[in-house]
Amino acid sequence: MSLEFPSKSANEGFARTAAACFAAQLDPTLEELEDLKTAVSEAVTNCIVHAYPKSIGKIRLKARLSENGMLEIAVKDWGVGIPNVEQAMVPLYTTGGEERSGMGFTIMESFMDTLKVRSSSGRGTTVTMRKKIKQRGDGEQ
Amino acid sequence: MEISYTNQNRELTIYLKGELDHHAAKQAMAAIDDQIEACLPSKAILDLKFVTFMDSSGIAVLLRAYRRMSELEGSLMVRNVPEQTRRVLNVAGLNRLISFC
Repeated sequence: MSLEFPSKSANEGFARTAAACFAAQLDPTLEELEDLKTAVSEAVTNCIVHAYPKSIGKIRLKARLSENGMLEIAVKDWGVGIPNVEQAMVPLYTTGGEERSGMGFTIMESFMDTLKVRSSSGRGTTVTMRKKIKQRGDGEQ
Repeated sequence: MEISYTNQNRELTIYLKGELDHHAAKQAMAAIDDQIEACLPSKAILDLKFVTFMDSSGIAVLLRAYRRMSELEGSLMVRNVPEQTRRVLNVAGLNRLISFC
């Protein structure tokens, strides 16, 4: 699945719902779905707040499945980039002022199995997250 | 997001309903600020029973309410926290700062 949409805050709900609908084919638990929606919401919000602080840009959400129930989500923007990814991932670090908590990457890391952030100054950022959706029914009575 | 209030004996209860994300957070912060300023409560309660989704933007909303109440030397309590919201708040360690019940 690949979706492109403008970096408007009204699209945050659309993006996380679309990711959850895509994941539904794996028959995830409610908790797995909520974790996924929360992580996608954080990644898309980062694009809106940080990648395009003074303009509306393009965000691409890609989702794919691998054979063993691994769900991969990539959120890409073509915005300003993150000058120091390591620093940006420190809990409570934010450049967004009192309106931001600085917990976005921490939540993505906590709610997904893996998180990879690639960023280039002036060229944008791609956040790639993976989560294994447990196969239910296997070995259950 | 829908926000409603009751105020009795300087105890302000704020009811949030809907999805608390970055899109809704600004409105929620402004509304909570306004109510705290208008009521000058000694105790504020945020009731999250009908919050259907929250991300880290909600953490900022709660922290702001906590700061406003601290400035008034009052207290903030958060109640009826749904499971998804609780997991977000736990990651942030907010339970060490704000009372939950």
